[in-house]
Amino acid sequence: MAQADAGPALTGASGSGRSRSGLVTADGTPLRRALERAERRRKLAAFLLVAPLLAFLLVVFIFPIGQMMWRSVDNPQVVDAVPRTLEALRGWDGNELPEERVFAALHADFMADAELPRREQKIGPMGIRLNYELSAARGAISRTGRNVESFEPPYKEAFLDQHRLWGDVELWRIIQREGRPLTLSYYVAALDRQYDADGSVVLRDENRRIYVSLFMRTLALSVAITFLCFLLGFPIAYWMSILPMRYANLLMICVLLPFWTSLLVRTTAWIVLLQQQGVINTMLVTLGIIGDDNRLSMIYNMTGTIVAMTHILLPFMVLPLYSVMRTIPPSYMRAAKSLGATPATAFRRVYFPQTLPGIGAGAVLVFIISIGYYITPALVGGQTGRMISNEIARHMQQSLNWGLAAALGTMLLVGVLILYWAYNRLVGADTLKFG
Amino acid sequence: MKQQMLKTLGTSGAVSLLALGAAQANDPVSLTIVSWGGAYTQSQVRAYHEPFMEANPHVTIINDDGSANALAGLRAQSQAGNVTWDLVDMLPSDAQLACDEGIILQIDHDEMLAAAPDGTPASEDFLPGSLGECFIPQIVYSTVLSYRPDAFPADNQPSSIADLFDVENFPGRRALQDRPGTNLEWALYADGVAPEDIYDVLATPEGVDRAFAKLDTIKDHIIFWTEGAQAPQLLADGEVAFATGYNGRMFDAIEVEGMEADIIWDGQVVEWDGWVVPADGPNIDLVMEYLYFATDTQRLADQAKFISYGPARASSAELVDVHADLGIDMNPHMPTAPENYFSPIILDNDFWTDYGDELRERFANWMLQ
Repeated sequence: MAQADAGPALTGASGSGRSRSGLVTADGTPLRRALERAERRRKLAAFLLVAPLLAFLLVVFIFPIGQMMWRSVDNPQVVDAVPRTLEALRGWDGNELPEERVFAALHADFMADAELPRREQKIGPMGIRLNYELSAARGAISRTGRNVESFEPPYKEAFLDQHRLWGDVELWRIIQREGRPLTLSYYVAALDRQYDADGSVVLRDENRRIYVSLFMRTLALSVAITFLCFLLGFPIAYWMSILPMRYANLLMICVLLPFWTSLLVRTTAWIVLLQQQGVINTMLVTLGIIGDDNRLSMIYNMTGTIVAMTHILLPFMVLPLYSVMRTIPPSYMRAAKSLGATPATAFRRVYFPQTLPGIGAGAVLVFIISIGYYITPALVGGQTGRMISNEIARHMQQSLNWGLAAALGTMLLVGVLILYWAYNRLVGADTLKFG
Repeated sequence: MKQQMLKTLGTSGAVSLLALGAAQANDPVSLTIVSWGGAYTQSQVRAYHEPFMEANPHVTIINDDGSANALAGLRAQSQAGNVTWDLVDMLPSDAQLACDEGIILQIDHDEMLAAAPDGTPASEDFLPGSLGECFIPQIVYSTVLSYRPDAFPADNQPSSIADLFDVENFPGRRALQDRPGTNLEWALYADGVAPEDIYDVLATPEGVDRAFAKLDTIKDHIIFWTEGAQAPQLLADGEVAFATGYNGRMFDAIEVEGMEADIIWDGQVVEWDGWVVPADGPNIDLVMEYLYFATDTQRLADQAKFISYGPARASSAELVDVHADLGIDMNPHMPTAPENYFSPIILDNDFWTDYGDELRERFANWMLQ
């Protein structure tokens, strides 16, 4: 449209007699400038057309991701709450309990905080923050906060009487360490590590390590699910691509049907099928294939997660595969066979390589979706079929440790980006064909 | 058609604008009350909301089933500066965290809550230890152990928490919740720790090791559940012989749905559940009016007509009546009934707010091993 408005009616250079100043339009502007203007308008129009999408992406995608990454290092709680204490702690060597003047500063911080309106008080959030690093720190701080007004000098004794943790050098080290506006401690925790007394990062106690193995398990499960989707989806897509259109459409509806059913319904259906008193087990027992005491455990474990998620994600593999296979002319296979290839060779050398863009697209889709799944694993995964997203969701919603959730989420995001980069280097992202 | 739709949209827009700007009494106003959904919200609707709306015809109460994630919701709304919830039903440990963050209001119990009919002030009428800085309890609920009688011979039925840990005499799978709370307490209780000493033991590293060692003995027989509705379902499907669950859900499954199961009251883990008021909520004055009404002696007793959770006020106990639909006496189904309350473990919320993070990590690690 912009082009039509701006479309300058050209006048022939020879006809107008102004040929010395170059080509001009009917209204006398030089052609080059008129074309430039038209081009600018066209670009502006194009930009205006994508602007809503761009704004939408900025607001709901880029901005939240940036905010998530920011939260994973943002650490205002201690700095805001106890500025005097941090000032007094400057230069403390971290070996022995701080001296009286630090406790006096802490008392002053507590008193100043109590003066503030409740919504602006910072000591409470600091207690929650410190509890991530040291159990019971929240209790120590909130109990102290309740009684701090009655404290008399010497403050050191008053604090030590109030809670044992004030006499713990560890707590003071943490206050000093976390008394900075930015922190890496969420990442340290997300990597199953912790700070030791010297401030160096070491592995956690063996019985508190969870995230690294969960990341590994999530990767392994996602790879397994992607592979199963490929194994099951390839023949379906192939069959659909060689069927006449009307049968193919019918089959397509069957493939898409799960999309139209609620996720919870599909997951619950698998529970009904797979559980020990469920349809499949009961059938096997009735047929005498397995004994009543040896019913198979197919759900509330890794098997449950893999089965249910493969079912849910299968369409994401079938659709790109089908759209690619549809475009492969059958004559290629015939030509290969006529040149002496066995059906297997023809498939392997001629047909299969042409489906690779579809396989790549389907695999990337399934893998990336499954790596972030959490409702299905929570319902059918039991203890061995859980994924990292379940932990992220728990920290978001229940423990309210948003910093750790953000660190785990950022690691997941970076991990996916690295995998995508590797895929791009090995296979080439431009070969992806989504449909 | 389109025009009519636009008109309707316009009118409803005007109505909601009115509701937002309702400053004077008797302008229509809506309260958004967040609770747990299902039978529990229904019991609140019938015992609290409906009578309140009847007395105040200009008020509409909107139910939101967001309590499971209420803590995250409260914080998000507060940080965004757009608090849309008027009143939230949550657990005391979550309430303590929200209170520490300053995102819910502190409550002056005697000032803001009704006294008992005999004049006892609220702070003395509510059960000891139940009131929190920012928290007003409604009910006492408990996590109990249930079992299928048909999973065991008639002369050898389980009767205690120790039996949950005895796979020799009571074989079969066990459904436990996928969090450390309750499970660690029971592990120690079954290992011989007295209910009142459990949290002292659990606060020591040796105590934690001891609890996990006890859990190890049944690990291969456990199915973990996440959502409250899963536990009775697993039991009803015959997937498990034992299941832990909330006593109200178990009551519902057994008495209303007719599931074949029995409750073991030994070692029931008792906890409160109640209200908190979001700071900066849209209708604080009206919410306070509602709270005064909904937490009085009669209303709390009324809730027990609809669900088997005990009222949090001592003065309500004697008013507990028969179930509104089933007509059965609710008293024997209360966690606080004397015949059920013989060895309760009172959930220590301070302990769980302090040690929860660490123990949850350890528990998650243990589950994954």
